[in-house]
Amino acid sequence: MAQLTATAPSVTAPRRVRRPGGPNVGRPGIGWALPATAFFAAFAVAPLVLVAVLSMTTWSGLGPPQYAGFANWRTLLHDPVMRTSIWLSLVLTALGVVAQTPLSVLIGVWAAGPQRNRAVLSAVYFVPLLLSSAAISVLWRALLDPNFGVPAQMQWLFGDGNLFGHRSTAIAVLVFVSTWQFTPFHTLIYQGAARNIPQVLYDAARIDGAGRVRQFFSITLPQLKNAFITSVILMVVGGLTTFDTVLILTQGGPGTDTTITAYYMYEKAFKGFDFGTGSAIALVLVVASTLISLVLVRATGYDKMRSELEGL
Amino acid sequence: MSQGSATTGRPNYAAGAAATLWLLVVALPLWVLINATLKTRPDYTDSGPLAPPSHPTLQNYTDAVTSGFGRYLLNTLLVTGAVVGIVLVLVPPLAYAIVRGRSRATSTVFRVVLLGLAIPAQAVVVPVFYVISSAGLYDNLLGVILPTAAFALPVCTLVLSGAMRDITTDLYEAMAVDGASAARTFAQLVLPLSRGGLSTIVVFSALQAWNGFLFPLILTQSESTKVATLGLYNFQTQYGINVPGLLAAVVVSMIPVLIVYLFARRALIQGLMGVGGK
Repeated sequence: MAQLTATAPSVTAPRRVRRPGGPNVGRPGIGWALPATAFFAAFAVAPLVLVAVLSMTTWSGLGPPQYAGFANWRTLLHDPVMRTSIWLSLVLTALGVVAQTPLSVLIGVWAAGPQRNRAVLSAVYFVPLLLSSAAISVLWRALLDPNFGVPAQMQWLFGDGNLFGHRSTAIAVLVFVSTWQFTPFHTLIYQGAARNIPQVLYDAARIDGAGRVRQFFSITLPQLKNAFITSVILMVVGGLTTFDTVLILTQGGPGTDTTITAYYMYEKAFKGFDFGTGSAIALVLVVASTLISLVLVRATGYDKMRSELEGL
Repeated sequence: MSQGSATTGRPNYAAGAAATLWLLVVALPLWVLINATLKTRPDYTDSGPLAPPSHPTLQNYTDAVTSGFGRYLLNTLLVTGAVVGIVLVLVPPLAYAIVRGRSRATSTVFRVVLLGLAIPAQAVVVPVFYVISSAGLYDNLLGVILPTAAFALPVCTLVLSGAMRDITTDLYEAMAVDGASAARTFAQLVLPLSRGGLSTIVVFSALQAWNGFLFPLILTQSESTKVATLGLYNFQTQYGINVPGLLAAVVVSMIPVLIVYLFARRALIQGLMGVGGK
């Protein structure tokens, strides 16, 4: 779900409030929008406000929450697990971006091409996109099991085979599984963008004597800039908020070696019944992912919505 | 490097090789998955997931369905149906108001919906838990249905209003000249002409509901309200040793989605592209 968020800038642009033409007869009033808006506000917008309120309370899940001021925040500030969890989240997110981006650019650009076997292969590529995180994580947990999985049979490759028992291999497993799961989605983004690159650019480059590699680096890559920003923002927000994969694959372990912030929130709130601190961590996540997205949007000039087709 | 043959006229071997490699990365685990479910438990313990089954059996599938997983699937089906129902009732009028409404309020609503795209569900699980348990819906499938539907709304609204924008102004004007009310225009013009968008949001919201794990995890606890994804997680922690049985349940939970994928691939991919791509 989180992977499908935050594409707001790309859609607002073409919209105008007053559209020209057309009589006012038979226009829908605001009443048409009310039921959905109220429903959405109750279950998605109100909780966002409530998370800030709850972060200032102690609540064990039973009875009403008690106001606690900044107590939860002070605890968090001095919590070593929280500090390492932020570092871990950033590392996992960065590794995810590094692993998934080149793959999805390559496959996406390839899938946008006219090859004959493309449709069939793409159909297989997108299968991981259809499966639940739960199914994917359970599958990989079983396949990589130290006693009965693949590593037990391929010790020349996996050493002692206990991928979940060491910090670095546990992190590698998490990065690999999320790459397996989400590369198809980002491939779709790049495929869509690559299809929109005007053929005339390639024709011009060919006349100038540019080969395929040169065309890829001088035309395809620059033209994919907006797709790149969209994809990276989605990876960052998704990466920072993932916890189902961690819950099923590593349970945050060994020890707290893969306890990323989102998983720590779940552990505090729903295993430790400390919902106040859980809310505070959730708020950190919301603020962090929003800030990173904003910085990315600003730093790349994405907010000015400069079209890649300028000058054509 | 991997731009297709349209640009240079000769096959692109590098891209072809990369594509084949990724095909293996995706398809091999799925093949191993199917292979493992056809093995008996002792066979799996002896020879692991890679070796072909010594005595292929479908026993694991019958076990999976009869062991309570059938009940979980039924719950998932119920949640999925209800979520799709809510989305179909709420989203079309909203998208219609966004596309055709003239008031300032409708554009504010649109902005709120876009803001909603940026709210990660994970970040609001605690307040959602608070709201649902205060409403007395904890451990009730309705408690899972409501937030799941709410979080599917923004994407569905975006996709459907995109589809409704493609209806030309002339058609609306023709309806207006006939003196049609907003309701009649909606029923006779907008709904029939946005069938493609409607099928996309049905497939998309169904997929979200079917694969949902987060809300069931925090909002239910008993056997009678367990959905399939949560069942997989519990099977793993409880009967971790019966791997072929567990993996058979994984396959069973995938089958309906794969069937939909076969028949509605275009709607599904378009929905996902509308979200991420353009």
